[in-house]
Amino acid sequence: MTAAFVMAAAQGLLALFLAPGVVGLIRWLKARLQNRRGAPAWQPYRELRKLFQKEIVVSRNASWLFHLAPFVVFASTLMVAVLVPVLAAPLPVDRIGDLLVVVYLLLLGTFFLALAGLDPGSAFGGMGASREVTVAALAEPTLALAIFALARGAGSTNLGEIAARTMADPLSAVSPGHLLAFAALFIVMLAETGRLPVDNPATHLELTMIHEAMILEYSGRYLALIEWASALKLLVFFVLLGNLFVPWGLATALTPGAVATAAGALALKLGVLAVAVAVLETRVAKLRLFRVPELLSASFVLALLAVTSSFLLR
Amino acid sequence: MAPELLLLALSVASYAVGALAALIVRGMVGRALVAVGALVGSLATLALGAWCLATGATLAFAAPWLPLTGLALRADGLSAFFLVVVGLGGAAASVYGFGYSAHYDGRYSLRLLGAMFNVLLLSLAIQVLADNALTFLVTWEAMSLSAYLLVLVEHDQHGTVRAANWYLAVTHAGFAALVAAFLVLAGGDMTGSFAAMRSATLPPATRNVVFLLALVGFGTKAGVIPLHVWLPMAHPVAPSHVSALLSGVVIKMGVYGLMRVALDLLGGGPPWWGGVVLGLGAVSALLGVLYALMEHDLKRLLAYHSVENVGIILLGVGAGLMFQSYGLPGLATLGFIAGLYHTLNHACFKGLLFLGAGSVLYATHTRNMEQLGGLISRMPRTAACFLVGAAAISALPPLNGFASEWLVFQTLMGGALVPHPEAAIGMAIAVAMLALTSGLAVACFVKAFGITFLALPRSAEAERAREVPASMQVGMLVLVGMCVALGLTPFLVVPVLSRALAGLGGLPLTPIGFSLRLPFSVSGVTGEMSPLLVGVGVLLLGTLTAVVLRGVADRRLRIGDTWGCGRVGQTPRMEYTATAFAEPLRRVFAELYRPTEDLSIDFHPKSKYFVRSIAYRSEVEPWFERLLYTPLLSALRGAAVRVRQVQAGSLHLYLAYMTIALLALLVVARWSR
Repeated sequence: MTAAFVMAAAQGLLALFLAPGVVGLIRWLKARLQNRRGAPAWQPYRELRKLFQKEIVVSRNASWLFHLAPFVVFASTLMVAVLVPVLAAPLPVDRIGDLLVVVYLLLLGTFFLALAGLDPGSAFGGMGASREVTVAALAEPTLALAIFALARGAGSTNLGEIAARTMADPLSAVSPGHLLAFAALFIVMLAETGRLPVDNPATHLELTMIHEAMILEYSGRYLALIEWASALKLLVFFVLLGNLFVPWGLATALTPGAVATAAGALALKLGVLAVAVAVLETRVAKLRLFRVPELLSASFVLALLAVTSSFLLR
Repeated sequence: MAPELLLLALSVASYAVGALAALIVRGMVGRALVAVGALVGSLATLALGAWCLATGATLAFAAPWLPLTGLALRADGLSAFFLVVVGLGGAAASVYGFGYSAHYDGRYSLRLLGAMFNVLLLSLAIQVLADNALTFLVTWEAMSLSAYLLVLVEHDQHGTVRAANWYLAVTHAGFAALVAAFLVLAGGDMTGSFAAMRSATLPPATRNVVFLLALVGFGTKAGVIPLHVWLPMAHPVAPSHVSALLSGVVIKMGVYGLMRVALDLLGGGPPWWGGVVLGLGAVSALLGVLYALMEHDLKRLLAYHSVENVGIILLGVGAGLMFQSYGLPGLATLGFIAGLYHTLNHACFKGLLFLGAGSVLYATHTRNMEQLGGLISRMPRTAACFLVGAAAISALPPLNGFASEWLVFQTLMGGALVPHPEAAIGMAIAVAMLALTSGLAVACFVKAFGITFLALPRSAEAERAREVPASMQVGMLVLVGMCVALGLTPFLVVPVLSRALAGLGGLPLTPIGFSLRLPFSVSGVTGEMSPLLVGVGVLLLGTLTAVVLRGVADRRLRIGDTWGCGRVGQTPRMEYTATAFAEPLRRVFAELYRPTEDLSIDFHPKSKYFVRSIAYRSEVEPWFERLLYTPLLSALRGAAVRVRQVQAGSLHLYLAYMTIALLALLVVARWSR
């Protein structure tokens, strides 16, 4: 039992320290695909270190909420990272939070970040906050239906249970319900983590940004916390996509060998997803803001089909 | 005397004293007596409910010597639960009301306000205990009328009288449906006790008629779309502590009545009953939040959210009814528990939010969000309380809204176990609608809190705002405490709720085994979570991060200007407005909103490249209301015009009417014997 809790804490920490690397990897892959040399994959770590050592500038209009938000965002995302099966499943932390808790904890972060965007009273912050909550709200139904499709197969919303059930029944991983839910969740991941074609993480061009506009007033260690949390959010989505739909490699017993295998499998899955995102971001252009709902409704239809097919094909 | 009866007597006496004091004593002493009467009465009501739930005691009291059918009261689990809701909402509102009603002195009738406030609470408490049709209907009408008079308190404000008239009309249409429902249910005999109705066997068609009549009657009270039209009008114009009571408690009587009739008296029905309730719930939830998003009147926004939350409650109740008719009692109990839990939670956070909005109104004299802003530094405690309420209603963990919405989600996911695909897919769609609703609720409350409390004040009133008196803060703090406590302890709340439901309408008598961390042993559905541990975890990680940062990171902090693209001097005009904030969603759902836009530009006569002034007006009106109610109203008016011909103003004619009526009645009486 103790070992299992240590494992949960360890995988939370692993996720935390791996997250900037994944972002760096995507950036590097994108650079190579675009015939640029690109910064090394560990560049985000350097950026975080730099930000942590900088003085912060806070608007004189900002309230205590502005100072609180980075910690809420960081802590809630880190809590999610502790809950999701990064290396091993099932773990006792499954009893603390299921897939719905994961979704709503991430929403807690969005809520505070959006409020902090409004707090200094700049038009950019308001614009970013407004767009961020719009995208988050429209992504919610897809997320819920994807959860429904997964829970329908496993008979539970428990993360460990879902992974274990798919491992026990390998054929279910290629069932139409599963595949459609994967596609739906992938699109939602792009929207929720602010990737192309929904938001462009590389641009600071004022009128097109969503996430970057919202956090425009942040600097120094606060910005570092927020950047780190959004990298972690990306990793959490990668882990959900990798370990709930393709759970093989997850350690079911806490032996050194199993954990080492799990680490290898995790690296492989993260690598594949990073390549997928990098290729996608090189191939597609950013959508106009008011075309984003169309993309999200497409993902909703996919998720609805996933659920329907799981009823019809039983 | 049994403790239950003592508590009941105490609460009735205390409400009566409060009401009388309002009529006799003036000034601050009068306000204090009103508040104390309502507070003691509410606490006694709360204690009575809690006592009955904790010990399983049932109160029974009858006064058959009263005229007509006499008074009959009985408390079972369901009544006890709603007593708790009434007591909790009433207690917070009465403490708050003491401070809030101060600025009514000399402007509006404090006598009317104080007396009707206590009468409303009294009729609520008696109503959930009613054990025969007439007691129920009389207290129902007392509740509606006292609420009507309370809505009318600020009678000289724009729109108040119209709102009150709408409320009165709709609520009486609902009342007529209820009278009909009980008449059919009791076979035309209004003396019928609830026990007799429970044991009666009615043909299925009659049961369907009773159910539909009850759904209309209770739906008008609960504010279910499309019967909600009065709610966004009437709730905002009432005094704010009354709004809290109306939205937090009074509309829940619709939920109580529906559960009492459909589940208890009728004992459940065919699956389509649950399906209809589920569908109405899903539509109310989604449309409620969508129209809330377009509001920038803070209290109207909250009123639309009441429509939304009643929808969420009905999702739980409807799913429960469906599972019950499919023979899945475990899941049915789960659905009802989810509905009741959300009822209690909504009473807490909506009460809190209305009290918070009342504080804003008290300090700034405006409900228009476009003129607010910057209140977080001027009214820090009110802001903190409102923030908790906003997070709770947005279902963010670890607060109470999340606990009950999680249960609703889990119930609906149990729909996968229903062997009929149409029901299962229906529930899947309900899951998606609920998810969209809660996502939009987050957007709406970021707007409500962000525009009202953050950034720079947008008007001189907001600039001058001061923190509200202590009694108002206490009223809010009580509900903040409840939002946190109910959110962290579902493992304590859920068993109590399952006890409140045990034995009703064929549900299992033994409570379902809910263990400490709220997994449920309903076959086929499992899910576990512990908001307590999630909350502690987030708090610990946040603190840890702050401590580590203190050691590692740079601690310098400089105060500067908000970045304005090089422009110096920030003004409130640069801030995002409530309308602008909701604009993306208005565009996304333009098909639904069908906004009317009016843009007029005044050009310079010499050149159209110089604009003198621009006027832009845009309105979103719920078009389906017009579609539904305009024909209805014009038909009513036409009928009224025709009936008017009967009333010619001649005394002889009236005497003739009376004679004819008397003779006709005599003939009927003779003939029917």
